[in-house]
Amino acid sequence: MTHPAKYLRPSDVQHALQALKQNDLTIAAGCTDLFPATERKILPGDILDVTGVSELRGIRMSDAGLWIGATTTWRDIVEADLPAALAGLQLAAREVGALQIQNRGTIAGNLCNASPAADGVPPLLTLDAEVVLSSLRGTRQVPLRDFIVGPRRVMRDADELLTHVFIPRAALSGRGAFLKLGARKYLVISIVMVAARVEVVEGAVTAAALSVGACGPVATRLPDLEGELIGHPPSGHVVTQEKVAAVLAPTSDIRADVAYRIHSATELLRRVLDDLGTQVDQAA
Amino acid sequence: MTAHEQHIAFTVGGQPHAVFASPGARLSEVLRDHLGLKSVKVGCDAGDCGACTVLVDGRQHCACLIPVAQISGCNVETLETAEPDLRSRLQKAFLAHGAAQCGICTPGVMMAAMELLQITPLPTEAQVETALSGVLCRCTGYRKIVTAVVATNRTLPDSVRPLPGASVGARLPRLDGQPKVDGSEIFGADYAPEGTLLIRAVRSPHFHADFVLGDVTAWAAARSGIVAVMTSADIAGVNAFGVIPPLADQPALAECTVRYLGEPVALVVGDAARVEALDLGDFPVTWSPRPHVLTEAEAGGAQAPQLHAHRPENTLIRGRVVSGAPQEALRASAHRVTGEFRTAYVEHAYIEPEAGVGWLEGDTLVIQACTQAPVMDRDDTARVLGLPPERVRIIPAAAGGGFGAKLDLSVQPLIGLAVLKTKRPCRMVFSRNESMRSSTKRHPGTMTATIGADEQGKITGMTFHGDFNTGSYASWGPTVATRVPVHACGPYKTPNYRATSRAIHTHGPTAGAFRGFGVPQAAICQEMLYDELAEKCALDRLEFRKRNALVDGDTTPCGQKLDAVGIKECLDALQPHWHRAGKDAASFNAGSDDRKRGVGIASCWYGCGNTALPNPSTIRLGITPAGALRLHQGATDIGQGANTVIAQIAADALGVAIHRVEIVGPDTGMTPDCGKTSASRHTFITGRAAEAAGRALRAEILRLTNLSEAAQIIVAPGEVRVTEGRSSRTVTLSDLDVDAFGYALRAEETYDPPTTALDEDGQGTPYAVYGYGAQMAEVEVDLKLGTTRVLRITAAHDLGRAINPLLAEGQIEGGIAQGLGLALMEEFIPGRTENLHDYLIPTIGDMPEVVSILVEKPDPEGPMGAKGLGEHVLIPTAPAILNAIRHASGARITNPPALPHRVLAALRERS
Repeated sequence: MTHPAKYLRPSDVQHALQALKQNDLTIAAGCTDLFPATERKILPGDILDVTGVSELRGIRMSDAGLWIGATTTWRDIVEADLPAALAGLQLAAREVGALQIQNRGTIAGNLCNASPAADGVPPLLTLDAEVVLSSLRGTRQVPLRDFIVGPRRVMRDADELLTHVFIPRAALSGRGAFLKLGARKYLVISIVMVAARVEVVEGAVTAAALSVGACGPVATRLPDLEGELIGHPPSGHVVTQEKVAAVLAPTSDIRADVAYRIHSATELLRRVLDDLGTQVDQAA
Repeated sequence: MTAHEQHIAFTVGGQPHAVFASPGARLSEVLRDHLGLKSVKVGCDAGDCGACTVLVDGRQHCACLIPVAQISGCNVETLETAEPDLRSRLQKAFLAHGAAQCGICTPGVMMAAMELLQITPLPTEAQVETALSGVLCRCTGYRKIVTAVVATNRTLPDSVRPLPGASVGARLPRLDGQPKVDGSEIFGADYAPEGTLLIRAVRSPHFHADFVLGDVTAWAAARSGIVAVMTSADIAGVNAFGVIPPLADQPALAECTVRYLGEPVALVVGDAARVEALDLGDFPVTWSPRPHVLTEAEAGGAQAPQLHAHRPENTLIRGRVVSGAPQEALRASAHRVTGEFRTAYVEHAYIEPEAGVGWLEGDTLVIQACTQAPVMDRDDTARVLGLPPERVRIIPAAAGGGFGAKLDLSVQPLIGLAVLKTKRPCRMVFSRNESMRSSTKRHPGTMTATIGADEQGKITGMTFHGDFNTGSYASWGPTVATRVPVHACGPYKTPNYRATSRAIHTHGPTAGAFRGFGVPQAAICQEMLYDELAEKCALDRLEFRKRNALVDGDTTPCGQKLDAVGIKECLDALQPHWHRAGKDAASFNAGSDDRKRGVGIASCWYGCGNTALPNPSTIRLGITPAGALRLHQGATDIGQGANTVIAQIAADALGVAIHRVEIVGPDTGMTPDCGKTSASRHTFITGRAAEAAGRALRAEILRLTNLSEAAQIIVAPGEVRVTEGRSSRTVTLSDLDVDAFGYALRAEETYDPPTTALDEDGQGTPYAVYGYGAQMAEVEVDLKLGTTRVLRITAAHDLGRAINPLLAEGQIEGGIAQGLGLALMEEFIPGRTENLHDYLIPTIGDMPEVVSILVEKPDPEGPMGAKGLGEHVLIPTAPAILNAIRHASGARITNPPALPHRVLAALRERS
């Protein structure tokens, strides 16, 4: 009660980083997680609103890969013309809440909020995404799989700003897909979701990435299963419950129990791979 | 503390505005409070409901999720400020197609539609569903919204102007619709006089605890902006309210023990901005938690923690209906089935959290709040406050949905306490969390039943017992306990019958009235067992029901001889659809391994009005000296359509054009008592009063003009003209004496349905009129994932006479949406699901096509033959869906909702 709270809304990254260095700030963008967390009519605490930084929004391709700005919204991603490898991310974007949430929610917010059921994480894991963290001390890139360490826990230092999500060029090939299971059609928190990306040459998989979300504290890749796909047409037949259960650590909650989560993750992985197989056939 | 206020400039509907606001303030609050744009409704403050949907630079956003700083330089559109041509077309389509019921979600829905229609003028249904997917509606079942948006730029609706005396039966758009589609409707949170203080409640964080308050005065003195803090010590009257006065037991503010999570113990009143910002977590109260029980199974014994000293074994009440010799009949039956079913707490989830405002007019306390029961509110609030009832006036604000939970007091006594103490206007607006913690719920039930049939497939007898979790206080628990045994056999001839019930207190939320008063739960039990019994009898499931359907002259288990029974007609109406759906499902299943389709059916009957108790309605109809025809309509319209239906009946009984009728009220200061909006009673009971008042006024006019019943009456400025053939007479209204109500001509009539008390075996006449219905569900079950998609519901309802078919269809579709939620997704878990993202209600994408069939078998007791409909429509939906799931997949779901993991578990159990 000693001082009025801060609400900073800089227009460039440099000022944002200076503010982060000097203060303990809550970083705000779409506020689709911050506002639901309070009943207050005003965002509580000291706020750094990064939506005024125009360079943080948008998608850009370079020789190295694809850069997605931190405040790029799900609607931006849905409407962007992106390689087929990102089809899973685009499908996930369409399933975040409903249009009101897709128009506000940002990719960096989804990652930094680190919900076990964050829709963006599984497809980004299949894209070998990295996060770009900047501070006045410098810039570092951290693989997404290392960045999110637990529910609501990420490896971001207090003075760092997640400025971009980077997808290396190697992960931009192939075809992506995503499936989400919930108890109603829209505005639903996932019971389970899966993402896949496969590269196929002459009908056989040459590279594969699979991930599952909402089945443990953080979404996870399934490297053993990925390996088994190599050399065969994309198909769900290699997916078994034992192999899936070995990787996941789901809990029971109001949405589903452990057994169901393992079972449905298995089924969704089969379906997503079968779908990709059909797409590859049709493309060929 | 919050950040310093700043000037933030943006445009609203193209007009420049600058507000001086905290940059982190929710845009929804700024639009409502700074700019007076009250069409922006606040339903959840979490982006879950979409009621605050506005357009920002043409795109739809939840205004509750936008810090106003982010709007700087943008263009915002609300319903009041949206592009007028498109808005006007959309409004006309919404009214013509009945797309608005209570109206609380309507502005948000319309703004989402505006975004779509500006880009896609002629959208498909699928495009509309996607565009509107972020707005929840609890009333309409969405189908009429989709129709309206699709039609907006395609067809201009015809205006419906029935001839004088012929409005009944017309698809008349609701008479009170315009404010709902232009955003000007005043809901509980939408009005406050200048300088109104804000009330917040300090609530229990425990299900059961004793508490001691600390130094409240010092706490308040250390904070600026607090005008008063109130505790139970400030209550001058009886600190126990309840809808059934002899059982009133709920304190307005708890005295030393709390019995549910979220029970209020104190009020903090003061300057709105400063009280809003207070952290009530440090309010001086010491809690001593005690053991709690949350289910009827845990709470029903003597060893369980007891909630009320005078109700041993936590038993609030028991209900019982017995006829014939059920045990003997069941023993002798050729076929018998037995089952146990459990249902969950279900939340009403109206989009408007409870809200209201109060002020003093002289020494009269005026409270304007959302409600379904203004006169009960007045009497109960007065009792708590220690005032005579005539010193309390209740003006019902528009209710943004109710469905039963706004029958109970919520904000009213708390607002009253604050106004009397501070002598200033005070308002209270529940957050979504507060609303879900403190409002009543549908009773969870554990029900067991055995039903027998003879070789011919005729029901021989049934026994039923239901234990219902009635939560912490009495509320409508007794009504559920008495209604269920009367209805548990369904609309089927059951010659030997014993049905018992028990309402058991727990430390869960108080269970009260929710569309159907326990009958939907009992129907799940009975109708699912009927499917099993039909199989044992080797009969088609529809044929089995037709064989046992009640017909005119049959006697109910209460010993009441019925007439005007329409269940057979409803089942007959479904027959061709049943045949077609069965074939469709079989042909689909022949080509599908992982997905299977099925068809299910279930029926309902439901008595209209209070069970075996008086519940009169009084309607006043008057003509002023200037020639205004006013209907004092005390039946609170919570979206279901009483303002329209009652006016139609009155206008036709009087024999005038419906558009001449001006509606007054409801307002306990201006309208006679029409009772409460519950028990599907208004069309029947208030309708009868309106019919009688219309006829009485007509008779008086005909007497003055000495013309016969065949004459035509025209109410015109300053006069009433009456013509019959070539005779024409005029009553000059200024020639007549003006009565105490300001009328030159007036009629006031009361109707109370002829019922009798039930004896200890439940024998008597509990209701004067029943309505009937049957629904057929077609579903597709994913056998690998356990997910269920409802493809279509075909609903046949006997409503006696369809006073307004457009509104009747709206009731059917809305009831089906709630029944679908009950069947598939809705499960309130105390302490865990008090928000609209963990508690799921159907979205626009979950609602299937609905085919409504209106069956009209007139009831001689109903106005123009009409019966009630509002609750009936929900009852068959869940059992029809659950029966269809079983038909499709074999999964027998006895513990709805049929969440995917439960369906899959049931499939495994079977195989």
